[in-house]
Amino acid sequence: MEREVVFRTRGLTKVYSMGEVQVHALRGIDLELYAGELVVLLGASGSGKSTLVNILGGLDTATAGEVFYRDMNLTQAGDRELTDYRRRHVGFVFQFYNLIPSLTALENVAIVTEIAQNPITPEQALDLVDLSDRKDSFPAQLSGGQQQRVAIARAIAKQPGVLLCDEPTGALDSKTGVIVLEALERVNRELGTTTVIITHNAVQAEMADRIIYLSDGRVIDVRVNEHKKSARMLTW
Amino acid sequence: MRALDRKMLRDLWGMRGQALAIVFVILSGVATYVSMTSVMDSLQQTLSNYYEEYRFADGFATVRRAPELLLERIREIPGIGTVETRVVSRVNLKIEGFGEPVSGTLVSVPEGDQPVLNRIFIREGRLVQPGRENEVVLNEPFAEAHGLKPGDSITAIMNGRYRELSIVGIGLSPEFLMQVDPASIFPDPMRYGVMWMGRSSLEAAYDMDGAFNDITFTLAPGAGIDDVIDRIDQILRPYGGQGAFGREDQQSHFFITEEFRQLERTATILPLIFLGVAAFLLNIVISRLISLQREQIAVLKAFGYRTFDVGVHYGKLVLIIVITGAAAGTLLGFWLGVQLGDLYLRYYRFPYLEFVLEPPVMITAAALTIGAALIGVAQAVRRAVKLPPAEAMRPAPPAVYRVTLVERLGIQRFFSQPSRMIMRDLERRPLKALLTILGISSACAILIMGLFFSDSFDYVIRVQFGLAQREDVTITFTDPTSTAAIYELKSLPGVIHAEPFRTVPTELRHGHLSFQTGIEGIPQDPYLRRLIDIDLKPVSIPPEGLLITERLARILDVGPGDEVIVEVQEGRRYTKSVPVAGIIRQFVGVAAYMDMDAANRLAGLGQAISGAFLMIDRTFEQEITDSLTERPRVAGIAFQDRMIGAFRDTIAQTMLTYTLILSLFAGVITFGVVYNSARIMLSERDRELASLRVLGFTKGEVRYILLGQLAVMILLSIPLGLVLGAIASAGFARSLQTDMYQLPFILGKGTLVQASLIVLGASAASAMLVSMRLNRLDLIGVLKTRE
Repeated sequence: MEREVVFRTRGLTKVYSMGEVQVHALRGIDLELYAGELVVLLGASGSGKSTLVNILGGLDTATAGEVFYRDMNLTQAGDRELTDYRRRHVGFVFQFYNLIPSLTALENVAIVTEIAQNPITPEQALDLVDLSDRKDSFPAQLSGGQQQRVAIARAIAKQPGVLLCDEPTGALDSKTGVIVLEALERVNRELGTTTVIITHNAVQAEMADRIIYLSDGRVIDVRVNEHKKSARMLTW
Repeated sequence: MRALDRKMLRDLWGMRGQALAIVFVILSGVATYVSMTSVMDSLQQTLSNYYEEYRFADGFATVRRAPELLLERIREIPGIGTVETRVVSRVNLKIEGFGEPVSGTLVSVPEGDQPVLNRIFIREGRLVQPGRENEVVLNEPFAEAHGLKPGDSITAIMNGRYRELSIVGIGLSPEFLMQVDPASIFPDPMRYGVMWMGRSSLEAAYDMDGAFNDITFTLAPGAGIDDVIDRIDQILRPYGGQGAFGREDQQSHFFITEEFRQLERTATILPLIFLGVAAFLLNIVISRLISLQREQIAVLKAFGYRTFDVGVHYGKLVLIIVITGAAAGTLLGFWLGVQLGDLYLRYYRFPYLEFVLEPPVMITAAALTIGAALIGVAQAVRRAVKLPPAEAMRPAPPAVYRVTLVERLGIQRFFSQPSRMIMRDLERRPLKALLTILGISSACAILIMGLFFSDSFDYVIRVQFGLAQREDVTITFTDPTSTAAIYELKSLPGVIHAEPFRTVPTELRHGHLSFQTGIEGIPQDPYLRRLIDIDLKPVSIPPEGLLITERLARILDVGPGDEVIVEVQEGRRYTKSVPVAGIIRQFVGVAAYMDMDAANRLAGLGQAISGAFLMIDRTFEQEITDSLTERPRVAGIAFQDRMIGAFRDTIAQTMLTYTLILSLFAGVITFGVVYNSARIMLSERDRELASLRVLGFTKGEVRYILLGQLAVMILLSIPLGLVLGAIASAGFARSLQTDMYQLPFILGKGTLVQASLIVLGASAASAMLVSMRLNRLDLIGVLKTRE
């Protein structure tokens, strides 16, 4: 059976200037991501994982190459189209949560549902990550894991086409990290959202449908995970 | 409420200190602008209504004595409207309990009725009644100065005879808005007053039965004044007519228009500059404040908020601050305007002030501040979204630092590591540092603009009354008098020195330009009344030719060597061409001087004097006053120190009230800017400073890095601000030149120090507030969130 392709990239290249240094973050990436799958992007820091995800999510643009979201050519989209694309199709979870400090958990979710086309309610979203009881807390009153789960609720509340998570457990201890991963797993399973998780932690790859290995801006291996584990079983 | 709006309100609350400081900056700019502009509008509106309602005449003429029959001929002049004849006379007065000389002008009014023109607003009491002799209505400021009420009486020396005048009313007239003794320059209601008296009483006292010595008239709609003046002059000339003149040359009107013109510049240009500076500062502060939210903007963008939505979000935040400031400023400005209006009413003497706050004034204030703020928002948001959101959320790349000039010069070993951090940060973002410096220095500049007036006024008094006009007393005679009078004056006990002068009423013309002024004839080598040049050196008086003030030279567009046409308006009238011999410096008044003998030759009435300048022994002041008051030929006695006092009380006081308000607001603006700059600097670098604390730097060392940088910027701002302020003030002083006074631009050291101290004070207060925040810096919290 031909699986539905969500993302397709061809020769994706990205060069940055960090201060006075030129960094080649991506050196020609070719890959496909399929509907409903949970993919883990594995690689050391500096391998280009975040850059790839940012470009997939329309947060950044490529220097060369092409990237398609379904039929939409993201490489040719301007700021307005990318904004619209993010608004309608993409949910983000960042390593440092990036919650708005002046808004409560519920309001941090509402800020996204208010501009989405077909959202679930903020309450439902918080329920999905088991945080209904903390909905009126401000980010500063929540632990790191709780903040990250608010961020996940915020990302999935709009029912995005893809959920992109950049080191979602990077700032968390392993026990809390597992709870966050469980939340992601549940969303992927229950909502069927295509989910991309970036990590440099090989253990986490065991919960993926597919694992994509990146190194030095290139895809060095793509592996289908035959023995997918539940997030609860992971320890590191 | 939408979550985004909630964020806006909470953010606003979170930065309430800074928001309040911004509100004060706007409030100060708007209040200054609204109050001063609306006072000006109100005064102008009131003046024009008052003139119309109380039928202020279009033209005036004085004559020695003309028969009432002439009125019919004057009425037939084409283009003339209403004509009214009057008897007007100068008198010396004695007021119970006031030992100094007082002079006045008596103006006739019909008994039992208002005059047709120049009607009187009766504040208290009534008009004079028919059949009762010696009733007078007093001009209000004069009555107030002496505490006189209807029912009181004063003594006048009319035609050499003492008369008891009973006061029946207190009033005001558009003709004497500014009640200025012709012998003086400034209104001094203690020593000069206008009174209205029944026509028949005045006719009897001055032997004017069936005659008049003054007319006022209006023009028919569309008529030109010049033809009418010519015809009146023709008719009155045989009776000693002294030249009709239009409203423009009427003393009170002339003064008031000159004052208003000056006031208009003070009241519009300066507050507009204020408002502009406030708007500029607002723009800088707002744009930096929003730049701090770069990460949050990126998050909003990441979740699909459009740039426009983000702009609207911050726009709302800023609008709340700006509208609060603008509304409070308008209210305060309105209140302040009413207070200033009251102050002016004490000076300008309208029956009432119609206080108006024109919508365009409010719209300008609101549009300028809101516009500046929104532009700031737009700039900041556009800058924030220029980076792709991914990059904006990522820790900023290590900033590009370079070794500074100081280090390249190899003198860095004299600076500690923290000092080097300060220098590198300043060098790294020169534009940002420059904008902050520019903001603080423009606050400093408007301080200077508010403060420099008193320096200029002090200078005027020092030069004009200390170097040039050194007399203690000025005596003026009713008519040109024999030179023998000077010996009589010199013989009075207590008179140390007496110097005659001769004033010849003239009109000076050059090409199509003309100016009506008396030529002052003064003797050679004067000791008391000296003329000085632009270097403040005494000028010797040439035997022939005119010495004219700088302002008159500009009015007539003449220089030394040019000829001016002098039309003598006394005795046998004729014109003569007279050369300009030199230009002199005089700050108050416009004048032309010449040798006294030459002036007498010009007038053609033989050797005569119009008055004298006296230097006296102060212990004889009372005796001199008493003996001069009784002499019928003495029209006026003016004491120099009282004139300076009157100057200080009136013009200087109004100006200083003005400048006090300006400096106060400038101080508030300075504080608002410095405080905000310091707070923003802290927010921009809190992570870096917290890291240093974690590495073991003490609070003091960290404070040094932050406040040291602020101090460097402030120390750079002050000299720049002083220079900017001096340039702006000089230009402003130039725009204030009127015929009445030419304000020189003088900036005293004291003012520079004062402005610097205000900036330093505002900085110290801001530094204290910021360092309190620095002490509360959450080290772990700051570090754990990012990087």
